[in-house]
Amino acid sequence: MHERRLGTWLFALGILLFPLIVHSNYLLSILIMIGFYSLVCNGLTMLMGYAGQISLGHAAFYGIGAYTTAYLSATHGWSPWLSIIAGAIISAFIAFIVGIPTFKLKGHYLALATLGFGVIVYTCFKEFTSITGGMNGFFGIPSIKLFAWEFSNDARFYYLIWIVVFLSLLFSQNIIHSRVGRALRSIEGSEAASDAVGIDIMRYKLQVFVYSAICASIAGSLYAHYVTFINPQAFDAMLSIYFLIMVITGGASSIWGAVIGSSVFVLLSELLKEVVPLVFSNAGGEFEIVFFGVLLVVMLIYMPNGLTAAWKKITGKWRTSTTLSPAAKGGGGR
Amino acid sequence: MKRNGQVLLTVERITKQFGGVVAVNDVSFDVNKGEILAVIGPNGAGKTTLFNIVTGILAPSSGTVRFSGTDITGKKPYQIAQLGMTRTFQNLEVFTNMSVIENVMTGAHRNMKTSFLQAGLRVPSVKKEEKAVEEKAMRCLEKVGIAHLAYERAETLPYGNQRLLEIARAIAAEPALILLDEPMAGLNDEESRRLVEVILQLRKEGLTFVFVEHDMETVMAISDHIVVLDNGVKIGEGTPEEIYRNKAVVAAYLGEEETVC
Amino acid sequence: MEVFSQFIQLFFSGLTIGSIYALIAIGFVVTYNVTGVLNFAQGEFAMLGALTAISLSGAGLSLWAAISLAIAIVVLIGALFEKTAIYPARHSSAATLIIITIGVSFVFRGLAIFIWGTQPQSLRPFTSNHPITIFQAVLLPQNLWAIAISLVGVFSMGYFFNKTYIGKAVSACVVNQFAARLMGIHPEKMSLIAISISAGLGALAGIVIAPISGASYNMGMMLGMKAFVAAVIGGLTNAPAAVVGAFLLGILESFAEGFWSAGLKDAISFALLLMMLFVKPNGLFAKATGKRV
Ligand SMILES: Nc1ncnc2c1ncn2[C@@H]1O[C@H](COP(=O)(O)OP(=O)(O)OP(=O)(O)O)[C@@H](O)[C@H]1O
Ligand SMILES: [Mg+2]
Repeated sequence: MHERRLGTWLFALGILLFPLIVHSNYLLSILIMIGFYSLVCNGLTMLMGYAGQISLGHAAFYGIGAYTTAYLSATHGWSPWLSIIAGAIISAFIAFIVGIPTFKLKGHYLALATLGFGVIVYTCFKEFTSITGGMNGFFGIPSIKLFAWEFSNDARFYYLIWIVVFLSLLFSQNIIHSRVGRALRSIEGSEAASDAVGIDIMRYKLQVFVYSAICASIAGSLYAHYVTFINPQAFDAMLSIYFLIMVITGGASSIWGAVIGSSVFVLLSELLKEVVPLVFSNAGGEFEIVFFGVLLVVMLIYMPNGLTAAWKKITGKWRTSTTLSPAAKGGGGR
Repeated sequence: MKRNGQVLLTVERITKQFGGVVAVNDVSFDVNKGEILAVIGPNGAGKTTLFNIVTGILAPSSGTVRFSGTDITGKKPYQIAQLGMTRTFQNLEVFTNMSVIENVMTGAHRNMKTSFLQAGLRVPSVKKEEKAVEEKAMRCLEKVGIAHLAYERAETLPYGNQRLLEIARAIAAEPALILLDEPMAGLNDEESRRLVEVILQLRKEGLTFVFVEHDMETVMAISDHIVVLDNGVKIGEGTPEEIYRNKAVVAAYLGEEETVC
Repeated sequence: MEVFSQFIQLFFSGLTIGSIYALIAIGFVVTYNVTGVLNFAQGEFAMLGALTAISLSGAGLSLWAAISLAIAIVVLIGALFEKTAIYPARHSSAATLIIITIGVSFVFRGLAIFIWGTQPQSLRPFTSNHPITIFQAVLLPQNLWAIAISLVGVFSMGYFFNKTYIGKAVSACVVNQFAARLMGIHPEKMSLIAISISAGLGALAGIVIAPISGASYNMGMMLGMKAFVAAVIGGLTNAPAAVVGAFLLGILESFAEGFWSAGLKDAISFALLLMMLFVKPNGLFAKATGKRV
């Protein structure tokens, strides 16, 4: 068995066993949050890390997923499964339409365009009150049912979200180790050269953007059904930037970066919430934001490829995506 | 000047202006199937610009390019590549974020079929295709003589090997025509000799080459046909002997550069 | 007459907000040209300037002393920002640099909450704020101050870059870093100067707007993003064009707010941003260039 498969299955086993060993609803709820973010970052890592295209607007797709499923299931009584799929389809469609002009842009301009897109969508959540409830929020989103089984408590929801995360990670990993994955990475490597070997760059940028939008949308939908109440503030530009922090912290050189980055982010914010008031009795959220700001700057200056890359450097391994490679066979690459 | 053979590439009255600079000025020539054609000329003569027009990176100000009988003027670079024309770059464009063999496997993109969904679901055909392409990439690396470096990171390769890697990537696409922009630049004698062998061998297998080169010895030794550019203008064309005897060429170019052996 | 006076009113408030955007947008353009960094922390300088000035004037300094000192402090903060965050990462990719400035903007915002809390504060108007009536539209002197000060800012920047030695050196770096280096100009030093100046301009913008719409820790983000839109309209590399863009945007927003919906005003600005990027990514006045291979 390949080493990378082994890692995947060990990961799956760990997830499976966790709730059987740890009986804390608090910890489960944290892991569920990590699950939502991992799903978003999984798609975003493919977009940013592999294809090298920045997005400062993915909170928009997270929100579109959340509001679509909320609206269809709560207002129109759709089955949540169907409304989640509808959200994913709408997100995919929007990503496709927006992506066509957007991915003609590069670097700074791409960053600005995706940021602008995020702000526009956020404003729509705020202003289209007849659908979204505006700043008052959207209440009463039903929980998800599978036949008579309701994903209403944390333990059940935990399995639901992590199964989805696991499948999406498998999907991404399969992509990476294929013709499509190489095409994506070639775009980051050199657009001139990928053009020269016949890769339709625009097509692959769009595909991976749509994929990342679907991941974010499904994560947002599941989030909506989990918390049952949503509000535009949960999907503002800040969230897009938090996603970015997660992707960068985890590192884009490995699909595990998505899980690691999300975990580090969520655990650190929980930790800050616990620890800071002990030290400064009247402190609020400001430390969290200062802390993540500093983290971002320091990471990018000293560890621009994230934790997973730093880890690989330490252990002397690096990414290679072939089946015959010595590294993949467990022989240890260079 | 009439050559025998089947025309593969036709460059017809190509002109390219950058603002006031006329980088390529009304240049026409044919490339025949199976031939090695050299484009020579002093620095700034417009050779790279010509390559960029032929491969679709730049749109010509006027003129047409035909490849295997189709008009490819105005087509996108990837479309032209998919028709069977690949290239290497003067200022190396290796995929530094991949291993050596992945670079070459990426070169084979156009002859593979896996789609996004198939790849994600890893349907059985993907596995087969991956294995086949990896073996093919290995053979391409063997041809250029850097198979032992297959699993190194491409960016760790020395300059000369990165050039060879670009050539391996270009042939992995199984093209009909390869354009090489100064392939020998930065290669040591040993590597240059090896590269000449590779080119001659591939030509035997039916490939056609157009290359830009400053090393006259190589140009005279391996090309069937030479096109000389100076200041964007084609000032001569012919076999190595004809070029050698061409007064205008010798005056404009050879005289001030290297002497021919 | 009713509509006409409303028109004048909206036009003037558009000019006012436009002049704020203009000051910040010049900072963007100068920073971007010299360092290649799209500075997402630019708007935070406005916030820092406004809140510092409010504190200083609250501590008993005269208004003008408080303003000058606040600007000086923010210039220093800008210099510190360049030294600690931009300079060490100057060889990174565009995306990396953008994200670094986002990180810094977080830090500024967090520190602002820490120092000033989350409550909005206000600065007293520069002069007595007796409304003036023109064509039945009621204008506040502070609006005129804002417009006048930003125009002075814009023109003095023009003078600085075209007439003074340092200004010309900075401009030289914009045109050609390599040639500038050959002539003994250090692009690194210019980067420090450019960012410090931009910080000062940002601070000035924040101080001017503070008596009109107040100041709070989170005012910087939106101001900064709007100034982006203005800069993009001008093509990111052209300061006078960015100023024109800023006034256009200010007026557009003001009218959108007056005649349509205040809530959708932001969406309209960013829709304009997207349209500009999609249709004329190099600004209203430029032609495209690509990477050479
Ligand atoms: N993208 C561009 N924009 C403006 N001018 C260009 C561009 N590309 C090339 N030129 C100009 O066109 C002329 C021809 O350049 P080109 O690179 O084609 O020359 P070359 O023959 O390849 O030279 P070398 O032997 O140095 O590689 C030069 O004057 C160059 O400055
Ligand atoms: Mg050249």
